[in-house]
Amino acid sequence: MTVLVFLDHEGGVIRQASRSAIAAANRLGDVDVLVTGPDAAAAAKSAAAIPGVKKVLQVTDTTGSSELAEPVAALLAQLADGYTHILATSSATAKNVLPRAAALLDVQPIPDIVAINDADTFVRPIYAGSALATVKSADAKKVITVRASSFEPVAAEGGNAVIEDVALPAGPGGSTFVSTELSKSERPELESARVVVSGGNGMQNEENFKLLEPLADRLGAAIGASRAAVDKGFVSNEYQVGQTGKIVAPELYIAMGISGAIQHLAGMKDSKVIVAVNKDPEAPIFQVADYGIVGDLFTILPQLEAELDKAG
Amino acid sequence: MKVLVPVKRVIDYNIKPRVKADGSGVETAGVKMSMNPFDEIAVEEAVRLKEKGVVSEIIAVSIGEAKAQDTLRTAMAMGADRSILVETDVVTEPLAVAKVLKALVEKEKPDLVILGKQAIDDDMNATGQMLAGLLDRPQATFASKVDVADGAVTVTREIDGGAQTIKLALPAIITADLRLNEPRYASLPNIMKARKKPMEKITPADLGVDMTPRLSVISVAEPPERKAGIKLDSAAELVSRLRNEAKVI
Ligand SMILES: Cc1cc2nc3c(=O)[nH]c(=O)nc-3n(C[C@H](O)[C@H](O)[C@H](O)COP(=O)(O)OP(=O)(O)OC[C@H]3O[C@@H](n4cnc5c(N)ncnc54)[C@H](O)[C@@H]3O)c2cc1C
Ligand SMILES: Cc1cc2nc3c(=O)[nH]c(=O)nc-3n(C[C@H](O)[C@H](O)[C@H](O)COP(=O)(O)OP(=O)(O)OC[C@H]3O[C@@H](n4cnc5c(N)ncnc54)[C@H](O)[C@@H]3O)c2cc1C
Repeated sequence: MTVLVFLDHEGGVIRQASRSAIAAANRLGDVDVLVTGPDAAAAAKSAAAIPGVKKVLQVTDTTGSSELAEPVAALLAQLADGYTHILATSSATAKNVLPRAAALLDVQPIPDIVAINDADTFVRPIYAGSALATVKSADAKKVITVRASSFEPVAAEGGNAVIEDVALPAGPGGSTFVSTELSKSERPELESARVVVSGGNGMQNEENFKLLEPLADRLGAAIGASRAAVDKGFVSNEYQVGQTGKIVAPELYIAMGISGAIQHLAGMKDSKVIVAVNKDPEAPIFQVADYGIVGDLFTILPQLEAELDKAG
Repeated sequence: MKVLVPVKRVIDYNIKPRVKADGSGVETAGVKMSMNPFDEIAVEEAVRLKEKGVVSEIIAVSIGEAKAQDTLRTAMAMGADRSILVETDVVTEPLAVAKVLKALVEKEKPDLVILGKQAIDDDMNATGQMLAGLLDRPQATFASKVDVADGAVTVTREIDGGAQTIKLALPAIITADLRLNEPRYASLPNIMKARKKPMEKITPADLGVDMTPRLSVISVAEPPERKAGIKLDSAAELVSRLRNEAKVI
């Protein structure tokens, strides 16, 4: 069996979440990978260095069309012939492209798997993680996205795969790329950070939300947010953790002023250690927190920083 | 211009779903059901386009059991003009739903289909993309802003690192993200009016669609429970526990 993994990259570096998808693919068969988008050539080099990858297929395109779902889905459907499974990490990019490719192949996709039982049988969360379904696919080919936090990523270096060019098919047309606005951050990527500090409605406003930064700096943490914090404009949407945001499972998750709605818990309850600071002792977040402090976060934040600076 | 909005009946988002004792699925009997929240956003967007004079007719469609009628009435109370129930008791997978929607699109010829980005029961996040693939039409998923002008639609999409803007020629498929709009509540007079709006009832067989699921459910289980931990009195104690007990910092 040979598996094709569609990789996400940022500025030519393969995302750790995609290395988790490769780890899942390794359990199913030999692994080829596909890279597209801006900086694909650099990404292909970075992919070729991943141990266990047999072949890297690269689309080098300067027109912006490799940022569109239509031609990339058409390409995946074309390439599918040689593969039993098509995998990707559950990123916004993959969720945009893979279901479309699956439709072209007349396949029902299997999104967001957390475990592989055999080549046809997979476990995936449903209802915001309130239940785990074990499903068996009757399709000849499987189109799968992988929840990165459930698979230990493979190493980034040590391999030496061959790189081949593939051409992007035209797709149906009618769709044009206008622009991308990426927010810049020096912090670790939310989905692969070892520590995440998240703020909710309790942060009150955009200004106050920034008070999380000194704490995150001390812990080398990524910053996350609840939907309420995003909706109110404290931070932009890519910070949202939860059922409809990012799924994270860091070693340490610190929730500041977050009530703990199930939609939020869906995105962080697999974290190893959860800390909650909330002024309401009844807040549901305390039901999943290993350590909780009931109190005003604006008092506790500076105390935490001071304690971390001591005896560090 | 016509818009088609598929709406799904799901367990209300405020309710914590419970796994059935026999592990065959999630208990839905006697549980409060509502319109999938993302579909409310999709309906709202269609209604706003109608209020702006861009759209002339909104058709809501639901694929599912007879009770999905309630969801269609809600959509019509929000402002959809008419609705179609495609009645089936079979588990509705995105591939089959997309095939039903494709058949309806071919019949009704809408310029836009606006779906929710995901249904909160099965969290597949697939149907819109699959419909676009089957129809070979352009797609804009996870929309946070939609502008229709001159036979094209410009959509801002939520992506991992920020936002992307793309422009699609009509006809096209859009899926709604949370921040596209805030859906209205249906007013009582509109709920009354919705009772008189037309609802067509058909079956997948009428459209020539085979609903047989491709995924069979082997079992559904509760995830491992997380236990509540302990409450601490000070930041000092927290830092000390994180260092010495949990060893995560
Ligand atoms: C379809 C759907 C999808 C959703 N997806 C997501 C998702 O992906 N992610 C997500 O997060 N939510 C999601 N939600 C929203 C979710 O239901 C909650 O509304 C949201 O998580 C609430 O955010 P919050 O906890 O920050 O706000 P609130 O519920 O308002 O809680 C704020 C908390 O801060 C505490 N607080 C206030 N001031 C202080 C202070 N000074 N010191 C200490 N504590 C303080 C309060 O006691 C309270 O517990 C979704 C909802 C729906 C319907
Ligand atoms: C383990 C498991 C157990 C299940 N148990 C049941 C069960 O007990 N009962 C049951 O009925 N189903 C059950 N299903 C099916 C499941 O609830 C979904 O209907 C199906 O998988 C579609 O996925 P989705 O709704 O998440 O699609 P998504 O792709 O996430 O939906 C996106 C959008 O497509 C549109 N859409 C999707 N479905 C419909 C629809 N039917 N009508 C109108 N518009 C729609 C909506 O606009 C929606 O926002 C089960 C599935 C699994 C895997």
